[in-house]
Amino acid sequence: MHALSVLQGDLNQPAHYLTVGPVQISLGNLAVIIIMIILFILAITLPFPKGKDRS
Amino acid sequence: MTADLDATPASPADPPPGTHAAESSSTWTGGLLNRWQRTLPPEKLLPDKQPEYVASWIYVFGVATLAALLVIVASGLILTLRGPAWWHQSDPGHYVNSVHLWSVELFFMFMVVHLWGKFWMAAWRGRRAMTWITGVVCFLASVGTAFTGYVIQTNFDAQWIATQAKDGLNSVGIGAWFNVLDVGQMLLFHVAMLPLVLGAIVIWHVLLVRRHGVVPPIDVALYEEETS
Repeated sequence: MHALSVLQGDLNQPAHYLTVGPVQISLGNLAVIIIMIILFILAITLPFPKGKDRS
Repeated sequence: MTADLDATPASPADPPPGTHAAESSSTWTGGLLNRWQRTLPPEKLLPDKQPEYVASWIYVFGVATLAALLVIVASGLILTLRGPAWWHQSDPGHYVNSVHLWSVELFFMFMVVHLWGKFWMAAWRGRRAMTWITGVVCFLASVGTAFTGYVIQTNFDAQWIATQAKDGLNSVGIGAWFNVLDVGQMLLFHVAMLPLVLGAIVIWHVLLVRRHGVVPPIDVALYEEETS
């Protein structure tokens, strides 16, 4: 339920945390990190649109 | 006065107006102008063409970070004018407060992708070390500015963050000068000092990028070295 509320953008709930051994991270922070990694991969792989005045 | 100026005949050897004053001037303003023109001529300051390799999405994130920063400053100015009661209790206040928060989220996401891109292409190459260093300082100043923003929200979240942070800051010995429980000090850090510092370093960073040009990808630089 908490994870769903994070995905829906509902920030009026206590943060839900993932815990793996000594590592603990909120779902919100994990989502931001994953989005940044996806943005980075897309930025170096997607072709850039060709402009009108570019030869 | 104007008659004297008009009466002076223009010599064909004279350079265009505004370009020669610094050459022979012994004033500090003339010297500064001369140095500015040598360091950052107009064609470097506002270039109308970029190399082919700049046509890549990874080169977009620097300017995307700047765009997010402009939205942060604009929404922050509105919040400063209207005050906490407005951003807590009115619908327009909630909206502008949210714009301020989410533009900060985008600012950091774009800045981190920009940082990754520049790190993996070793962007300090070609006498660009200071460009890299000012970028790092920008990042650190941004973290400080965002942190002071969180502790001046004037809500329970701000109180929680401040009371948690004070122990960490005291443990490293800076609590006496940077007191997160002092809302007045944090407010002035957030709306005056840090934005001024950050703004100055961002301008310096951008001017350095203009001066040295956008860093080429590593393989392009190696090819240019081999063919030069």
